[in-house]
Amino acid sequence: MANPIPLRTADNATPDAIVEVRDICKRYGDIEALRGINLDFERGKLTTLLGPSGCGKTTLLKIIAGLVPATSGQIRINGRVVTGPGPERAFVFQDFALMPWATVLRNVAFGLELKGMPQAERHRIARHYINEVGLSGFEEKYPHELSGGMRQRVGIARAFSVNADVLLLDEPFSAVDEQNRRKFQEDLLRLVDKERKTFLFVTHSIEEAVYVSDRIVLLSPRPGRVSQIIEPAIDRSAAPDVIRRDKGYLDVVEEIWQGLRQYAE
Amino acid sequence: MKLFGIKIPMMTSLIFWALVWEIVGRMDVIFLIPPMTSVIAAGFGLVQTGSWQNATLITLRSFALGMTLAIAVGVPLGVAMGRFKVVDNIFGLWVNMFVSAPLSALVPILMILFGLGETTVFVTVFLFAVWIIVLDARAGVMQVPPSLIEMGRCYGASRFTIFTKIILLSALPEILAGIRIGLIRGVKGVVIGQILVSIIGYGELFELYSRSFDMERFWALTIILFAAAMLLSAVVEHFEKRIEYYAGAR
Amino acid sequence: MHMAASPQKVSATGGAGSGSSSIVEALADFARRRKSFWVAVSLAILFTAWEIAGRVPISFAFPTFFETLSALIEMALDGTLLPAYFITFQPLLLGVAISAVLGIGIGIVMGLSDKAEWLLAPVFIVLQAAPMAALVPLVTFVYGIGLVAKTLAVIMLALPVIVLNSYKAVRHVNPSLVDMCRSFQGTRMQQIFKIVIPDATPVLFAGLRLGIAAGFIGVMLAELLITPTGIGDLITYHRSVANYAHMYAAVASIIAVSTLTLAALQYVELRFLRPEKRRK
Repeated sequence: MANPIPLRTADNATPDAIVEVRDICKRYGDIEALRGINLDFERGKLTTLLGPSGCGKTTLLKIIAGLVPATSGQIRINGRVVTGPGPERAFVFQDFALMPWATVLRNVAFGLELKGMPQAERHRIARHYINEVGLSGFEEKYPHELSGGMRQRVGIARAFSVNADVLLLDEPFSAVDEQNRRKFQEDLLRLVDKERKTFLFVTHSIEEAVYVSDRIVLLSPRPGRVSQIIEPAIDRSAAPDVIRRDKGYLDVVEEIWQGLRQYAE
Repeated sequence: MKLFGIKIPMMTSLIFWALVWEIVGRMDVIFLIPPMTSVIAAGFGLVQTGSWQNATLITLRSFALGMTLAIAVGVPLGVAMGRFKVVDNIFGLWVNMFVSAPLSALVPILMILFGLGETTVFVTVFLFAVWIIVLDARAGVMQVPPSLIEMGRCYGASRFTIFTKIILLSALPEILAGIRIGLIRGVKGVVIGQILVSIIGYGELFELYSRSFDMERFWALTIILFAAAMLLSAVVEHFEKRIEYYAGAR
Repeated sequence: MHMAASPQKVSATGGAGSGSSSIVEALADFARRRKSFWVAVSLAILFTAWEIAGRVPISFAFPTFFETLSALIEMALDGTLLPAYFITFQPLLLGVAISAVLGIGIGIVMGLSDKAEWLLAPVFIVLQAAPMAALVPLVTFVYGIGLVAKTLAVIMLALPVIVLNSYKAVRHVNPSLVDMCRSFQGTRMQQIFKIVIPDATPVLFAGLRLGIAAGFIGVMLAELLITPTGIGDLITYHRSVANYAHMYAAVASIIAVSTLTLAALQYVELRFLRPEKRRK
């Protein structure tokens, strides 16, 4: 588990890229949201899209998800060009996107329900992931009976249930308070390690990005472009408290802040 | 809707429906629907008649009086309900009840109390319009952010200043929205009142045209009335949009 | 522990004050907790005002509250009220049922399709804002003075409200839920039936409630304007024989019935359709 991660490489072309972003541009009328984005996302890694608000990080994630069409450019997943949502990707929403009329169990199993999987089987899978995110015993509760943090755990369990290769997380913890957020980040790292999937993570929190990411893509705003790629080589085998006090961790946080401060209002 | 990449404004479909009406009218399917063009022609003739001008004057007078009273009573009552729990508790039940009650059933009572004349129509307009104005003014006052009031107190504003400069201004968007819906309800009230009284204003004209099967004039009058209702609503909506900016910043 | 501690505290403060103030306090406390207390106060104030106004009297045609109440009881007991409601409810229920099926259907289609929206939305916007009452005399030409004409009058008033609310309900469906469904490759049909309609249901139901309120206005208009039947007949008849207490009782009863119906529907809506509000 204590895999030594190679130190910062400016090299953009990754040998084992599962998601390839090629020359993506996005315009909303006269507003240019993204310009010429080229990125590769390596299989089994957690990559974070980080940047100030208005840099188009969520738009880019939704383009990769196939929820928003790009104005020009291509998205390739496993080498195939995609134009819409597909079974190899699952999305975790900033506002959870839970159906208020459905129980936790049905919400988690919803992706499988849409695929037409028989109830018994999809409930078995859903229960497994509900347990995995630490929500056992809440299967029959409704979303409004859960706290914000618990709701997002439902959203994450739902994304895991469909067994996609790539998980796209759009600021999943932004509506969660700070204490729960930290717990969440630790749980996420455990799940990343266990599930062996590729994660694309959008956040505006520098500390969060450095703490959870193998690789951080910094985007600059108006129009959104890739300004810097950083690979924080953090030894994740250490205890969370140790990591948060680690000099390497703090240095990366500082470096990113220096890169971003010009965009602060 | 988009057609060939050009966005077509929504209200243009009314032109399409007018065309359908014209065709149906020309086909002479039913005497109730004369061609649109002859309805419009009848409309131009109608507005020049003394009876129409007279009826319009009476209608406008009842409407304006009823609305003035509804606003003069409704806004203060709504504001009081929003500010004072006791007032809210006492009037809340009745306001909520009358806002959706079948007020058309009350008109016969008004007719025996106020006679078969303009007064009945004026009271009908008031009764149709006032409740929603009260409810919206109340809602507006209730959702003034507490932090704004605390801010006023921190800077030493008197209770009166807080009330006039913070609460009333802050509630203005909702108060105006209530007045807009009140106006639309008031138009319905004036028509229902006049039709039930049936001897004054447009009620008399509708009665006259429908008894003599003068469908051109009947529809012309209806279209004038509908258009006036839409126009009125559009005017207030325009006014509302001008103050919307600070409702959005809240 | 917590539960045991709080009553002690209450009794301690109650004991500290004088006897009279504790009664006031208890009353105030009761008023705060029980909404029904204020309902009773509110009713009592209006009925007292009514009684006084009737005794003055402000008009020869203004019976007191108790006269009206006894007239209402009399009509309820001598078997005139119930058959009248039976007649009034026929066009009302029929009209509302037709408006509900048609209105929710049209509204959902308008919400889902831009073409249907372009074609139909302006028509219903005009019909909702316009005084449809003006058209009630017209239906008598075609459908006479029977049940059909009255049902049509109800539909004319109820349908536009239901259509526009259903349309808004569908247009205001949480876009994030729709995205969620798309991201799991839900088909358009799955999107409509598993996301859009369930999410729109509370607003659809609220629109239905407003439609029923409009239907009550419509049915009273029809019964007063087309031919007097049901409650409209009671109102017209007692008015013509100057039996004002009975007339007022009929009017008050229809307003009460409509209010209770709408309150019951609102209760159902809050209780069963809006789980997020239920917790409060």
